Amino acid sequence: METILEMRGITKAFPGVRALDNVSLSVKRGEIHALVGENGAGKSTLMKVLSGVYPAGQYEGEIVFDGKVKAFSGIADSEREGIIIIHQELALVPLLSIAENIFLGNECARGGIIDWDETNRRTAALLARVGLKERPETKVTHLGVGKQQLVEIAKALSKEVRLLILDEPTSSLNESDSDALLELLKELRDHGITSILISHKLNEIAKVADTVTVLRDGTAVSTIDCAMGMDEDQVIRDMVGRPLADRYPPRSPKIGATVFEVRNWTAWHPIDRHRKAVDNVSFSLREGEVLGFAGLMGAGRTELAMSLFGRSYGVGIEGEAFVRGRKVDLSSVPRAIAAGLAYVTEDRKSLGLVLDQTIRNNVPLANLEAIAKAGVVDREKEGAVAEEYRRRIRIRSSSIEQAAVNLSGGNQQKVVLAKWLFADPEILILDEPTRGIDVGAKFEIYTIIRDLAAAGKSLIVISSELPELLGITDRLYVMNRGRMVGEMPTAEATQEKIMSAIIRSEGARDV
Amino acid sequence: MSDTTAGTTTGAARQSGMRFLRDNLREYGILIALIAIMAFFQFATGGILLKPVNLTNLILQNSYIVIMAVGMLLVIVAGHIDLSVGSVCGFIGALAAVMIVQWNVNFVLASILCLAFGAAIGAAQGYWIAYHRIPSFIVTLAGMLVFKGLALWLLAGQSVGPFPPTFQLIASGFVPDLFGVGKPNVLSLVVGVGLAVLMVALAVRNRRRQQANGTLEEPFGLFVAKYAIIFVALVYMSWLMASFRGLPNVFIVMALLIALYSFVTNRMTIGRRIYAIGGNEKAAKLSGIRTERLVFLAFVNMGMLAGLAGLIFAARLNTATPKAGLGFELDVIAAVFIGGASMAGGVGTVIGAVIGAFIMGVMNNGMSILGVGIDYQQVIKGLVLLAAVIFDVYNKNRG
Repeated sequence: METILEMRGITKAFPGVRALDNVSLSVKRGEIHALVGENGAGKSTLMKVLSGVYPAGQYEGEIVFDGKVKAFSGIADSEREGIIIIHQELALVPLLSIAENIFLGNECARGGIIDWDETNRRTAALLARVGLKERPETKVTHLGVGKQQLVEIAKALSKEVRLLILDEPTSSLNESDSDALLELLKELRDHGITSILISHKLNEIAKVADTVTVLRDGTAVSTIDCAMGMDEDQVIRDMVGRPLADRYPPRSPKIGATVFEVRNWTAWHPIDRHRKAVDNVSFSLREGEVLGFAGLMGAGRTELAMSLFGRSYGVGIEGEAFVRGRKVDLSSVPRAIAAGLAYVTEDRKSLGLVLDQTIRNNVPLANLEAIAKAGVVDREKEGAVAEEYRRRIRIRSSSIEQAAVNLSGGNQQKVVLAKWLFADPEILILDEPTRGIDVGAKFEIYTIIRDLAAAGKSLIVISSELPELLGITDRLYVMNRGRMVGEMPTAEATQEKIMSAIIRSEGARDV
Repeated sequence: MSDTTAGTTTGAARQSGMRFLRDNLREYGILIALIAIMAFFQFATGGILLKPVNLTNLILQNSYIVIMAVGMLLVIVAGHIDLSVGSVCGFIGALAAVMIVQWNVNFVLASILCLAFGAAIGAAQGYWIAYHRIPSFIVTLAGMLVFKGLALWLLAGQSVGPFPPTFQLIASGFVPDLFGVGKPNVLSLVVGVGLAVLMVALAVRNRRRQQANGTLEEPFGLFVAKYAIIFVALVYMSWLMASFRGLPNVFIVMALLIALYSFVTNRMTIGRRIYAIGGNEKAAKLSGIRTERLVFLAFVNMGMLAGLAGLIFAARLNTATPKAGLGFELDVIAAVFIGGASMAGGVGTVIGAVIGAFIMGVMNNGMSILGVGIDYQQVIKGLVLLAAVIFDVYNKNRG
């Protein structure tokens, strides 16, 4: 088979990080090429280089597409060549129809006047091709995520795609939608469309990929031909690249009495008010314990945490919460903080930090009273506090006067952590604390978590990475569709046990 | 370059000085712009601009814009806007006139009631903005129409005045000549010099503290140059005004407000929180900050300051007219943006807003002296606003 895409010696550096280091990738025409690697391995960065998000000149190396060297200056440039990327966060306009979305920026128009008959006819044909049974006039907001994904693919097809890039397309889909999507990819392959599939779900990759390239810490570790089936163990070995044992700091938990207990907690979805986002959840947390909340994306874990933390999510919240046996009022964020809670958000950029402000200003934000007298900020104390946390949890920055926006993901996460550590909570809820940060910083975050627990704090870690939960927690709760569907000591837990708890609850629901 | 021989330390110091200047271009840029504009008009008007009588007028003419700009800064930093301030200013002026002139209410009581009423107007608007999340643009656009109409109704379309002389003193009174020397007014001079000394002393103390903490960034040369300019300007201006009729009362009020709000925004937790809200409201809320209440208070404060500006404006004209306050909101908002505030919120300083107000004021005044038509004046002011914001955006994108 001939090669459609050849990326040679791609190097891309950000301030302080080398995201890609001399990566080469070769994709054959008409294959499904999977790109795998841990978070932060450089998959998305590589695809951004390919699609022109990082224009030529901002990286080193060479892109050869269809036998010619290309220097894309933007997405429009790469799309003209038929390279189309579908991002994890879908880029559809919710209040426009399917047809309008598909032809957005590429309207079937003559002299600026849209030909709606033609638009709808072509949309119907595209929808038939991707197997979506919806009318072209349907508004995208009425479609589920799986169907929206298909609309994205139909949109790509409308642009005469030659190389389709899908970034984690199934991460928010249920199993049947995922399967349908994978089948569609195979069908498109049979019609000559090459795809690059980024995913961390190895079982899905095994189903469809012809070739797998593994990235690790910004380098391409191996390229595996899957014509004879994929060797999953080899892929994992290449992805991790080191024994699993030293990915987590060693720990010796000392667990005390129950500190925090939640009973029959229910929260309704703020928009879809007939749906319970959190459904009658009860759990307990002990002193010095690290509790893990496992579950699929959308299982209701973030919703649970945020509804507990000052009703920051949901409506019609019911249920009771107890701290050291005493019932507490968590109805506003200041009250939740007063009760000893802290919530470190999964979305540090939009919910955790005031990005344009300095480390010095961000760190004390949740506990300004502690550095102020009669409402007047003591700037020496503030500087001393920021400096202390910068040193203690090793925030890498030029000084405390550096703006949060200029820090790397891992260091931003540490600033958010510092903010909550300074608020001195008894109960710390960490939502996806290592999302999108590199392996080294992850280990440091795990160490901080361990040390906090050792110091008698109680922690809840929400994570979608099961190995992480298995590596750093003492006890696990499993959530699915807003309900607690399992609880087990981490020592006895396995990925299979957790998945089976989820699947069993799905079964119970269907009955 | 001859620099290379001058030892590495001075070279490095100069380099870090340049870097600091570049990083803080905005802050120095606006001060330099004001000085340049003043120098230009001083030259172009043949020295009229800084004549004692004109300088005094300049302060009096712009005091209400400056006072409202200070309030508007908080509103804009919090991520909102208030279009109603001109109308509120006019309405409160009308209310004061009706109370004092027609109902013979004591002017002190009337002034207090007017300030309270201004705060209540701010509260009424802030309530919808903060607690019901109605966009501030719309709420205050409605307020702008409502209070313009109410002012017209209150005055029954007529001008009401004149005020008793005691009330007029708010706007047109001067610091008394306590020492009985006559001109120059010594008390004015003392107050002016005292203010300048205090400011420099505070700056030196602050710098010492930064030095002790190792957080010093501003190079010594720049520090000296900045405060030397400020010190000389303050002393020179108070000498000029002292040699006319002394410092206007309004100047004292204004200086106190600027000092107070600078302190609130820089040093107090409430100021820190307002910046956090403007920078990232959701993160602020999740940090336990009562975002609604602070936004509400920013509008209450704005209403009160608009009320104060209304009193001063009415007292200055010695009459309340239905047209008072017309278009003030535009000057106030322009001043805040020229002063470096960001439309998105979270950025801006009180001093910047004040300097922005004076840039507008000096241009108004200078162009009027030069006899530039009102048509060109508007065009030029518009272009200056645009240029200031383009400079900001460019500066920010350049990183």
